[in-house]
Amino acid sequence: MKTWYKLFISFSLLLLLLCLSFGVIAAVSFFKDLYFPNMMSFEQARPFHVSAALFWILTAATGLIMYYKQELFGDAPMYHKLSPFYIGTWVFAVAAILLSYCFQQFGGREYWEFPPVWNLLLLVAWVYLLISFFGTLFRSGKEKPVYVWMWGTGLLFFLFTFTEQNLWHIAWFRESFLKEMTIQWKSNGSMVGAWNQMVYGLGLFLMVKISGDKEIARSKKAYFSYFLGLTNLIFNWGHHIYNIPTAGWVRGVSYTISMTEWVLVISIIQGFKSKLTEQRKFKHLLSYRLLIASEFWVFMNLLLALLMSVPAINRYTHGTHVTVAHAMGTTIGINTMILLASITFLFEADKEKKPAYRRNFAIGFWITQISLFAFWVFLIAAGLIKGMKMTASPSAPFTELMQNVYPVLKLFMYSGFVLFAGMSVLVIQLLSKAAGQLSTTDDSATN
Amino acid sequence: MVKRIFAVLLLAYICYSAFIYAYGAEGGAKPTADAVAGQSVWQSKNCQACHQLYGLGGYMGPDLTNIISDTIKGPVYAEAFIRSGTARMPNFHLSDQEVKELVAFLTWVDKSGKSRVPAENVTWYGSYKIDKQ
Ligand code: HEC
Repeated sequence: MKTWYKLFISFSLLLLLLCLSFGVIAAVSFFKDLYFPNMMSFEQARPFHVSAALFWILTAATGLIMYYKQELFGDAPMYHKLSPFYIGTWVFAVAAILLSYCFQQFGGREYWEFPPVWNLLLLVAWVYLLISFFGTLFRSGKEKPVYVWMWGTGLLFFLFTFTEQNLWHIAWFRESFLKEMTIQWKSNGSMVGAWNQMVYGLGLFLMVKISGDKEIARSKKAYFSYFLGLTNLIFNWGHHIYNIPTAGWVRGVSYTISMTEWVLVISIIQGFKSKLTEQRKFKHLLSYRLLIASEFWVFMNLLLALLMSVPAINRYTHGTHVTVAHAMGTTIGINTMILLASITFLFEADKEKKPAYRRNFAIGFWITQISLFAFWVFLIAAGLIKGMKMTASPSAPFTELMQNVYPVLKLFMYSGFVLFAGMSVLVIQLLSKAAGQLSTTDDSATN
Repeated sequence: MVKRIFAVLLLAYICYSAFIYAYGAEGGAKPTADAVAGQSVWQSKNCQACHQLYGLGGYMGPDLTNIISDTIKGPVYAEAFIRSGTARMPNFHLSDQEVKELVAFLTWVDKSGKSRVPAENVTWYGSYKIDKQ
């Protein structure tokens, strides 16, 4: 079965490549009237990019969780048999979704831009996954460290939020546009929290593996962060819709709960010194470097998110590219770095001795980090320019407004090209490792 | 202990969700049949990839939440764009019925509130006070 998971994880890397490619295409098509008037339209390129990003994260995270679930708890035969169903149904659904876009079939909702019928397949796949995961877990009497809780929480809450995202099919949930928007963004906001649980759980697990220190995942601090994350998942989605005339307490609850995340900022600052010592010990490991990069991005994006969670500041950032900086900063800087770190560890790239391999990896790593920083800063700058202008003169014509933003967005696009190059190097290095491992694995031995 | 805290939070999630569904977003007009059909057109053409409603969506085009009640723009102006597109917005070759439905959808959206929050609605502790429409 392990070979299947590894293949599934390699598939996720292909999705990441697709996501990066369509990011470049979407950026150019944003300026299509300037460059290539006949190229693919933005509303067609963007869904490829967004869905590939979403499925890269979900596929990699679930693939890694299933792999390590088997390693930690073994596999009860019945639940074991469900995994291929999950993998098969999921891959089929993802392929069907991408194919729909080729035929310009859209579902037109944020994150879920594909025809909703494919949600049924995704749901079936997810149920297989849940049965297989929890079935194995409940049969095992072993103690469950915090990362297992995080994986389980992420998997379960993804099901809840995914279901909630589809409630709009029932007319009652569209009784008013306020209700429609509120529930749509409640579920979208919490869903991100759900996949963060899976990904952060994988990050913690990797740290335990690298350091050999099991206490990291049993400490009070670890459990505290887990529950703080879960509380924020439940209550802190309102910042998406501060400007919608919902009941005032929706805003109040979200604003208040989001401020609890300052605790994390303080804890990161306090832990900085011990991180330096830790870093000296493990910096030769490629996976550790990616993990440390993710911690840097956690810090930066946490600060940005905390500011955006204050409605008075949100007034300038909402409806601008600052939200894109937040979305991309977290999905690339945090989720993707942690997942790539886990995959680097899994495919044993850390053990690679060839200098050329390590050099290419390091080049890819640094190009990625530096260009991502520029990318993130340009997005924030573009957003702030638009936000300031829009707030100062709300009735200014859109084209005029955007003339001020385009130069910065172009810089964003150029840094995106470099980011594409850097990340592609990393992904290709990992795919080459995956290919090496898969070709030498005797499946009957590892099954 | 961990199990207990988890159970409490799970319960909180369920209760808070139910509460939001029931009381979080009360008020606002019901959609007409045309508005419901218009939302399907909006979704199937993926207008949200470029446009925002209440600031949410893609940023290639402008926010359309209050275009219908805009005293300068209004429904006729919106219809002209929807019918023919521009250099940056595709022409979707929509039927008269689809255009009418899209305008009905945008009218329903507009009636639900204002996308921009005026400065006087910001409270001293940094939150908003927004009155219902
Ligand atoms: C590829 C991106 C794109 C898509 C898809 C798109 N639009 Fe547009 N739209 C624009 C841009 C950009 C403008 C601003 C005018 C310009 O710069 O050409 C605009 C302008 C408009 C306007 C006038 C707004 C104003 O305030 O001046 C309306 C109304 C409109 N679009 C409706 C729609 C509807 C309805 C759909 C879906 C059927 C749609 N658009 C799909 C990009 C798009």
